[in-house]
Amino acid sequence: MRLATCSRISLLTLLATLMLAVNPQAHASDSATRASEFKLSNGMDVVVIPDHRSPVVTHMVWYKVGAADEVLGKSGIAHFLEHLMFKSTDKIPVGEFSKIVNRLGGQDNAFTGNDATAYFQRVAKDRLGKMMEMEADRMVNLRLDEKEVLTERDVILEERRSRIDNNPSALLDEQMNAALYLNHPYHKPVIGWYREMAKLSRQDALDFYKHYYAPNNAILVVSGDVTDDEVRKLAEATYGKIPANPDVPSVRHRPGEPPARVARRLVLKDPRAGNYLMQRYYQAPSYVTAKPGEAEALDLLMKIAGSGSTSRIYKKLVVEQKLASSAGGDYSGYGLDGGTISLYGISADGVPLEKVEASIDAVMADIVKNGVTEQELARAKNSYLADYIYDSDNQATLARRYGWNLAVGRTVAEVEAWPTNISKVTTDDVKKAAAKYLDIKDSVTGYLIPDQSGVAQADDLPPPSSSGVLR
Amino acid sequence: MTAFSRAAAKVVRHAARFAIASALPALALLFVVSVSHPAAAMNIQKVKSPGGIEAWLVEEHSVPLLSLRYAFDGGNSQDPRGKEGLANFITAMMDEGAGDIKSEDYQERMENIAMRMSYDDSKDSLYGSFETLTKNRDKAVELLKLSVQKPRFDTDAVERIKQQLLANLAYADKDPDKVAMREWYAQAFPNQPYGRSANGTQETVAKITRDDLVEFHKRNFARDNLKVVAVGDITAAELGNILDDVFGGLPAKADLIPVSKTSPVEGGSQKIVEMGVPQSVAVFGLGAMPRKDPDFMTAFVVNHILGGGGFSAKLMEEVREKRGLAYSVYTYLQPYQHATILVGSVATKNASMAESLSIIRGEMKKMAENGPTADDLQAAKDYLTGSYALRFDTNSKIASQLLGLMQEGFGPDYVENRNKMIEAVTLEDAKRVAARLLKPENLVVTVVGKPTGMNAAATPPVLQPAVAVPGRG
Repeated sequence: MRLATCSRISLLTLLATLMLAVNPQAHASDSATRASEFKLSNGMDVVVIPDHRSPVVTHMVWYKVGAADEVLGKSGIAHFLEHLMFKSTDKIPVGEFSKIVNRLGGQDNAFTGNDATAYFQRVAKDRLGKMMEMEADRMVNLRLDEKEVLTERDVILEERRSRIDNNPSALLDEQMNAALYLNHPYHKPVIGWYREMAKLSRQDALDFYKHYYAPNNAILVVSGDVTDDEVRKLAEATYGKIPANPDVPSVRHRPGEPPARVARRLVLKDPRAGNYLMQRYYQAPSYVTAKPGEAEALDLLMKIAGSGSTSRIYKKLVVEQKLASSAGGDYSGYGLDGGTISLYGISADGVPLEKVEASIDAVMADIVKNGVTEQELARAKNSYLADYIYDSDNQATLARRYGWNLAVGRTVAEVEAWPTNISKVTTDDVKKAAAKYLDIKDSVTGYLIPDQSGVAQADDLPPPSSSGVLR
Repeated sequence: MTAFSRAAAKVVRHAARFAIASALPALALLFVVSVSHPAAAMNIQKVKSPGGIEAWLVEEHSVPLLSLRYAFDGGNSQDPRGKEGLANFITAMMDEGAGDIKSEDYQERMENIAMRMSYDDSKDSLYGSFETLTKNRDKAVELLKLSVQKPRFDTDAVERIKQQLLANLAYADKDPDKVAMREWYAQAFPNQPYGRSANGTQETVAKITRDDLVEFHKRNFARDNLKVVAVGDITAAELGNILDDVFGGLPAKADLIPVSKTSPVEGGSQKIVEMGVPQSVAVFGLGAMPRKDPDFMTAFVVNHILGGGGFSAKLMEEVREKRGLAYSVYTYLQPYQHATILVGSVATKNASMAESLSIIRGEMKKMAENGPTADDLQAAKDYLTGSYALRFDTNSKIASQLLGLMQEGFGPDYVENRNKMIEAVTLEDAKRVAARLLKPENLVVTVVGKPTGMNAAATPPVLQPAVAVPGRG
C-alpha cells in the first residue's frame, strides 16, 4: 500500500503511468487501437487513436507549455491561465464553456503539469466537431474580465489550501522538490507559491497566453469512435483556420542543473502529521533525456525494488524486518528535462526513521552491488507488458499517454516501441542504471515528524489581517 | 511531478440492493436480453451457470481481457460492535495467501500472470474486482477461486496488514476531508451501523484477530448474497464454468446481521471538530427518498441542478464562480440499502466557512421554494441523457455500471429505459420533489478546521445569496 497522499484527482495516477505505451505486440495486428499522426498546415500536430467499441470520443488539446516555463516571480501562472481558459471568448459568454459542453452531453476538464497543459472533453462522437470549434475558438480568442480574474485567483488559492497547505505530506513534497532542483524550475510547485499566486494579474495571464497558445505549439489528440479522415476534415475546418504564430518559441529553453555537490536533508515537524514518514528523491534522466534503454531500465529497476508487496523494499522492511508499516519506491520518467527516482518508508510503531532509511539504503545498495535476478526481471517485464494491454481498454488513458509524450517532444513511434524496448532490458542494464543514478549527492531526503511542538507551515498563508489563519 | 486539474473529481457509488427473483430454469445456461446501449448495440446476457449461479455478461472480443465485478451484500454495516473496520480489514487480506499458497508466493503468482484482483467495502457490500488477460485466464481463475473460497488469513499477514491499517487510520485521523466525512456519518446516524466509522478506529482495529476474519468470511461470502457481472473476451458457456469454479464452493446462504431501515436525524445540527488547518472542510447532508421511490429519478435530476452537475450546478455557480470561495463544492444523492442521503461538501479558508455554508443553505431553500427553472431542467436532462454513454466506454466501467444496477434490483432493460425516465421528469415534478427533498432546517452539518464566526450548537439563519461579491471578505 502506498502512502495515501494522493488527492481526489484520479488524473494523478493516470499521469504516473503515462510513459507506459499503448499497443502490445500480441495485439499489434489489431489496428483498432494503433495511433496515427499527421500535421495541419499551420503546424499543429494531430494524433488519432481509434476505438470503435462505444460511440464516444475523447478530444484533447495539449499545449507544449507548463509550470516550468513560467518566468521568475510568476509561479502558478500556467495553471492559473488554465482555469481562466474557461471564462469567455467573443462567442462564448462568461462561464458558459463547460455549460455548453454539458448541454451537449459532454464532460470537460483540464490540467497543468510542469511541461504541458491539456484541455479535454469526453462526448458522443457526433459532437466532436462542436468541441473542436469551441477549443479552437479559445486557443486565440480568450477574453478576460478583470473581476473574473480576481475571483478565479481566489479559487486557485483555495485549491492550493486543499491540495498543499492542509496536508503536511504535500508540504514535505513541495519542500523536497525545492531542495532537489538547485536551479531548474522543477523546484517550484506547479500550483505556485502562495505569495506569488496572490499577485498574479490579468495581464500576466494574457502575456503567457499570447506567448504560448497557438496551433504550432499544440497537439490535438482524439481517441475513440473516429477515423483519421473524419478527424482530419474536422480539424482542418476548425484548428486549421488559425494561422501559426511565428513568435512561439520553437525550442524550450530552461535553466539547467549544476553538478550537485552534496546531498540535502530536511525535517518537517508538523502537528498534523499522522505518521513518521521518510522520503528520498533522486534526480534521474527521463525518457526524453536518457540514453536509449536507460529510462526503461529505471522503470524496471523501481518496479522490482519498490512497487507493491512483491518488491524488495516491501519484503525486507515490512515483511521481514518489520521496521515499516509500508515502504516502496517509484521512477517517474515523463519530464521534459529529467525524471526522479523516489523511495519512501512509514515507520512501524516506535521505529526511528534513521533505521528505516538505513534499511532502504541497504536494499538499494544490494541491487547496485549484486543486481536483480532474471526471475524478478521477467516478472517486472511481464507486468508492464500486461499493463499496456489493460490500458488499451480505456480511450481516455490512451489519449493522455500519446498527448503527454508528444508534448515533451517524443513521437508516436517511440511511444509504440516501448514494449519492445522494455523487453530488451537485461539484468546488467538494471544494475548499471542503479549504480549510475542512485547517487546520494543528487538526492534529497525528507522526514515528516508528527510533533505537537512544531509550528505548522505559516509562510504561505494569507496575512493575519484576513483572519482564519492557522496557528 | 504533479498535474493539477480544474475540478475535483468525485466518486459516487450507488450501493442500494434489492433481491433478484430467480426465474430461470435450472438447466438453462443463458438467455440473451439484447438490450441496446444508449447509442450503440450492447448485448447484456443473463447467464446461469450449470450450478445455478447467475451473472450478467457483455461479450467484447476486440480486447483480449476479461473483467469480473462482483459483490457480496453485507459490507461494513456487518462489522461486529467493537470490531469496526473488520470488513475493510478483510478487503486487504484477500491477496495475502489462499489454499496452500502463502502470501508472498500468492502475490508473485498473481504478478507472474499479471492478474489484477482487488476488494473494496461499502456500507452494504463487499466489492470484488478481477481482471485477466485472455491468455492467462485459466491460471488467474484458479488463483481467484482459492482466494474467494480459501483465504488463509495467516497470523503474520494479519499482523502486518493490521500495522498498515493502523498507519492509514493515523493518517486519516489528521486529514480534514476524511475526518469530516466520518464525523458526519456519526452525527447523522448516531448509534447505528451507518454511523460507525467504516474503517474503524485505532482501538477497534487493534482488537481484530484472525478468528474475526475467518468468521466474517464464513458469514459474508455466500452464493445467495452474490452478484456477478462479466465483461470482455469470454463466451457465456465459458463464463458459466468459471462461475461454478470460483463461487460454487461457497455456502448456499450468507448469515448476515439484520440492519434496519433508517434515515439521518432530522431537526438540523451543526458540529465543529477543531483542527489546526488553514482551510476548513464541511460535510452537509440530509435524508432523501429511497432508490425505488417514484420520485427518486426526479430527485436525482434536482440534485444535479443544485450541486451534482459540476460547473453547471447552482452551488458551483454561487460559491466558486461568483465569489471564489472554494475550489470544490458539490452534492450527490447516495442511495444505500437502508437509507438514502443527499450529501455534499465544501472546503474554504476558515474565515469563509460561515459565509459559504449560508450560501449553500440559501440555495437549497431557494430551490425548495421555487424549484429549478425550465431552462435549468432542460440543461440537466440534456447532460444526463447525453452523457449516459460515457459510463459505458470501457469494459471495466460497463462492468461496474451493470453491477450497480443488478444490486439495485433492476433488469438489464434499465440501460435502455434510463434516458426515458430522465426525459419524463416534468417541471412540476421537479418543483414538488425539490420541496420534498430540500429542507435546510434538517441539514446535518459537520465542519473540521478552525472556522471563524461559527457556533457549534446553533443552526445559523439562512441568508439569501447576495449578488456576486468578488474578492475575499
